This record gives sequence, C-alpha cells and structure tokens, in this order.
Amino acid sequence: MTVDFIYNFLNDLLPGFLGNDLLLILAMLLPFFALFGFITIYGFGVIYAELKVSSFIQDKTGPMGQGYGFHAGKWGLLQPVADGLHLFFKEDIIPATADRPLFILAPFLIFIGMFVGIIAIPFGEAIIISDMNIGIFYILGIGSLAVIALILAGWSSNNKWALYGGMRSAAQIISYEIPAGLSLIVVILLASSLSMQEIISYQSGGIFNWIIFDNPFMPIAFIIFFISALAETNRTPFDLPESESELVAGFVTEYSGARYAFFFLSEYVNMFVISAVAATAFLGGWQSPFPNFLNTPAWSVFWMISKAFFLVFVMIWVRWTVPRLRVDQLMHLCWKVFIPIGLFNIFGVSIWTVLRG
Amino acid sequence: MGIVRGEEMVLNIGPQHPATHGVLRLQVKTDGEVVSQITPYMGYLHRCFEKHCENVTYEQVIPFTDRCDYLSSMSMNFGYVVAMEELMDIKVNERVEHIRVTMAELQRIASHLLCTGVFGLDLGAFTPFLWALRDRERILDLFELTCGARLLYNYMWVGGLSHDIPNGFVESTYEFLDYFEPKVDELENILAHNKILVERSADIGVMPKDVAISYGVTGPNLRASGVNWDLRKNDPYSIYDRFEFNVPVGEGIKGTVGDCWDRFYVRILEIRESVKIIRQALASMPKDGDVHQSLPKKLRPPKGSIYSRTETPRGDLGYYIESDGSPIPYRLKMRSPAFTALSVMDEIGAGWLLSDVLAILGSLDIVLGEIDR
Repeated sequence: MTVDFIYNFLNDLLPGFLGNDLLLILAMLLPFFALFGFITIYGFGVIYAELKVSSFIQDKTGPMGQGYGFHAGKWGLLQPVADGLHLFFKEDIIPATADRPLFILAPFLIFIGMFVGIIAIPFGEAIIISDMNIGIFYILGIGSLAVIALILAGWSSNNKWALYGGMRSAAQIISYEIPAGLSLIVVILLASSLSMQEIISYQSGGIFNWIIFDNPFMPIAFIIFFISALAETNRTPFDLPESESELVAGFVTEYSGARYAFFFLSEYVNMFVISAVAATAFLGGWQSPFPNFLNTPAWSVFWMISKAFFLVFVMIWVRWTVPRLRVDQLMHLCWKVFIPIGLFNIFGVSIWTVLRG
Repeated sequence: MGIVRGEEMVLNIGPQHPATHGVLRLQVKTDGEVVSQITPYMGYLHRCFEKHCENVTYEQVIPFTDRCDYLSSMSMNFGYVVAMEELMDIKVNERVEHIRVTMAELQRIASHLLCTGVFGLDLGAFTPFLWALRDRERILDLFELTCGARLLYNYMWVGGLSHDIPNGFVESTYEFLDYFEPKVDELENILAHNKILVERSADIGVMPKDVAISYGVTGPNLRASGVNWDLRKNDPYSIYDRFEFNVPVGEGIKGTVGDCWDRFYVRILEIRESVKIIRQALASMPKDGDVHQSLPKKLRPPKGSIYSRTETPRGDLGYYIESDGSPIPYRLKMRSPAFTALSVMDEIGAGWLLSDVLAILGSLDIVLGEIDR
C-alpha cells in the first residue's frame, strides 16, 4: 500500500476534486496516521500483555477491575490507558543543570528512529508503506539512531547514573548490531535480495520453505539474531542500561512525564520492529504456514502480526524469568561467542548455497 | 581490567537507591565500571535505640527491639527476653519455650526468604522475589493469627508470651510447611542453579575464613565462608539443644568458598533446616502450660550486668544489660550482626565492578534498622 497506490486510488475516486499536490500530501498523511494508530493500539496491547504475562508468571492477578466507579475497566483492560494518561498529565521536569536542547531532543530522536522503521515492514503482498529495495538494511540502519538518542539522554541529564546508562547502552547496542547483522547476511545470501518482499517471496509455499528450516545453519542464525534483538531492545537479561537495581533507571533517571513515556513506548515499538524483522527474515513474514491455504491479504496481516507478537511474547517471557548479565559477560557473549559463530555461519551457508546450486 | 586507568569518579549509591536495602549511602570511587574503594555511611535511620532504653522500663524495651531488625522482630524479642531471664533467673515453662522456638524459626524462614528474593532482585531477576514474598506472606499470616501484628510483634515477654497460640495454629503451621517445602525447591531451581545467576555470583566477593573472623562477621555470612559456627549448636540457649538439625556451611560448589553464591545458598539450606526444627518443636509441644505463668509482677532485676547472645537470621545478636536495681535499665547495648557484615564491605567489595558491588551488598543481607538502631 505504497504512497503511489493511495495517490492513484484517491485520484480515481475523486478526479479533479482536489489539487494534485494536496492529494499527494493526503496520500502521504494517510499511511502516517494509520501507522500512528497502529502504534497506539499496539502500545496499549503490549503494555497490557506485559502486565498480565508478568502477573501470570509471578502468581499475582495484575490489573483487575470490578464493580462501578473509577477503576481500570473490565479485567483491567484500561490500565495501559490510565498509565498513559498518568504519564502525559504529569509535571514535566527538566533538571536545572541539564543540557536543555539535547535533553528535549533525545526522546523525539529515539521515537523517530523506531517509528520510521515500521514503514518498511510488509504486512501483506501489497500492504507495505514503502517497499524499498534495501528494506532490511534500512531498518537496521534507522534502528541505530536509538544509540545516539540514548547517549544524548545519558549525557544531557547531567546525572552520573544516566551517564552510566548511556555509555552502557552505546557499547551494548553497537556491539550487538554485529551479530544481528551477521545472521541477517545469511538470509540475504539465500534470498539474494535486501528487499523485505523478496525475502518473503523466497519463503513462499508452506512452513518448510521458511528460511529457518532452509538448512541446518539457519536455526543457529535465528537464535543469534533473537538474542541480539533482546540486547538491542535493552530487555532482560541485557537490560544493563536501565537496570533498576544498579543504575536506578539508567538513562531515563531524570526523565518524567511525557518524555519518559516516549522512551517507554519506543522500547516496546522497537520490540515489535525487531520481532517483525525476525519474522520476515526467518519465519516467512506474512506467508501462511500452509501452502495455498489462508493466504488472502487479510490473513497475511494476521500471520505477520501473530508471528511478530509471538516473538514479542517470548521477549516478555524471558524478561520475567532470568536475571541480568554483567557488562563484561555481555561483551564476552557478543564478541567471543556470537560473532565467531555468526562468521562460521556465513561460511557454511555460502558453501551450502554453492553446493546446492 | 585495571590496565587502562582513567580518572576516578566519586559516586554516591544511596541514600535513595533501589538496591541499598534501606537508607544506606555507599560512597564508591569508580574508574568506569570498576570500583576501587567503598565507604559505607550509615545513620540515616538512627533512632537512639540505646538511649531510649535508658529512659523506659524493662518491659517497654521490647517494642524497641522489634523496630531494630524489622525483618526478624521475633528473633530480636527472643534475644532480649533470653538475656533478661538470665539476668533475673526466671525459668519459663516448656510450652513457652516450644512456642518461642517455633516463632523464631518461622521468622528465620521469613527473613531468609526476603533475603534470597532480594538477592535475585539485585541481580535483575524479578519473579523469584515475588515468589519469595508470596510464601513469606503465609508466615506473616500465621503471626497475625497469633498476636495480631504482621511486622512488629512485641510477642515475647520476659517470663512468657503476650498471647498463647490460638486454636488451630499448629494445624495451620503444618499445612504451611507441607505447602512450603516444594516451594523451596522451586525457588532453588529458578535461582540457585540458573546459569546467569551462577555467573553473576560465583567467585564474586569472596570472603575468606580469616577475613570473616577478624571482622567479626557472624551468622550465614560466616558459615558461607566455611566456619561451622551457629549459636544454636555451639552455645545453645532456650531448648535448641534438643532438636536435630544441621548447620549448613559454604562449600564453594559453584566457585570459591565464601563467594556471593555460597552466602546466598547457605540461606536456602538454612530455610530447610528451620523447617525441620519447626516440625520437631510442633511435635513435642506440650498441650498445657500457661504462657503467663512465670511473668514477674514487676521487672526489677538485681544489681549487676549480663551479656547474652542469640542467633538471629543475620548472626549473633548480643544484648549487654547493666542493671542498677531500678525498674529502668542503667545501660543497654546491642551488638548488631548486620553492622559487622556491612563493615566488611570495603574489604571484599573493592576491585569489583559496580554491578558486583551491589550483588555483594545484597548477599550480605543487611538491615539498616539494626545497623543504625
């Protein structure tokens, strides 16, 4: 559903009704609002899921509502809304010693980095905002924008804990982009394209054509990618930048209100983006697991979202189960375990591809 | 580590920090993540316990002892009444002794549950903490059933108890123990043998035997260093000499003897031993006996002084009481086990990474109420 498509559709629907330029702007704004709506609904859903999944794991009830009056709705469904409102109505505090412009810039920067990543994610054969020929490369690149935002947040807060958090996150995210990239390279080797749609069309025809089952090296690549994704999204066991028992809240220590909400939301959006990339690269994207069955456009949206949500669920599950690594162990895992295995994987897959012809 | 040296930064961990277990301030010197010096500053919770005691009668001291180590109030009461009974030469009846031991061991389980849970929390594992608190809640329910309070009990009195145990308490306790024993295994499985937790705590913050002894560290922290020292065995008070139980010591299963993992694991083993003691105490508890039987009309100890020590969940708790024959103590001094545990912090914590320092602090199981008094 590219901008051109919407533009032509609107042009056919309302010929000569609006000026061409206005129509183009409208065609650009429509996907933007669709995306914004999606992120809002997804944000509420995933925060509710985090609350409820953690409650299930921890033997508690989580948000509940009963009776009439001010409460969090049926089954606590309105709890994320209440949380969101609470954050947006809070006083916005900027520390007197903070670097004001950078302090204000950081939450926007991190949110933009996450937000524009979604436009290259395909939800169906034609349901993609922008089908770039370098889609997967674009998402990885734009995702790295988060590092700058985190360092800005850490530095501009003028707080030692925030500085620690910012520095840790910089080291962590930059390091883990390498194994993540290495495991995506093998996918690109197989599909011989950087385009998200072509990677997906390589996997058409049922669950056994998915890249994860393509050859014996791929499950390893998938696991490396998924663990690196946990590290890139700052989720447990790699939540060192904001580890609450060590660094108070890391780089968000001085943030409050709506700015804090931006950091919070972008973490969850990032989880979705990374999961969607993993689903696209390894789990067949919007393809149905059954050949020629349930693969209409509506179903393709369903498959894509459910695959991504399953991975998001696994991330939540992992978060509430394991403790946190230490800085040097984190680096050890990345440089001495994942990168050698990732390089070996590229080697193996290359030979496999040549031999298979 | 340590090859490239940068500029050192002074970092104040606390007094408002999620991992300091109260209002403690650790002033650390850091070079990046590496901590080179740790100076604990305490006193943020100082409430003049000892000075207060010089102005109230002996009975009125008991609620103050509750508030010292608020995570093991029963054990604090126990230590004080044992000291007073020794000073006044009071003999309490069998039923009282059995109830006291049951309560003290339940309290030990509750305290160790919180410690192990919080240790997990310090290392980033949130779920075991809530599991531990869920089971601790059941113990607090038992205490509430007995004396109405859930945190500060004022339950053990000189010469007796404030209330007899209610009907059904013994059955409820058995029920709890049956429920609880599998839960300890569950807690051990999710925490103690977790690969990440072992990586984070084994070989970290090793406290050798001689360091532990020279700093006067007691309790589970000392036993984790491989010293078999438990006042319940070595200097039995009350009726502890009648019960069968082991004293678990650190064996360095995952690393060195006396590392964080040992300090953590010894507490899990002690929970199991406490369960054994409670079962024996409940089984041999006499059916009758008035808990107020040997309560003196007025507490007026003879002139003289006493130093008495008992084993709380955190170690040797000593009470020194100086009496001048009046109903008000002339001087009362408490030897706090958590205080000595905190003092060893710089010795075993310097040189480690920032994350390790907080793991070591968590493994020492300090309670600021008792340190500051």
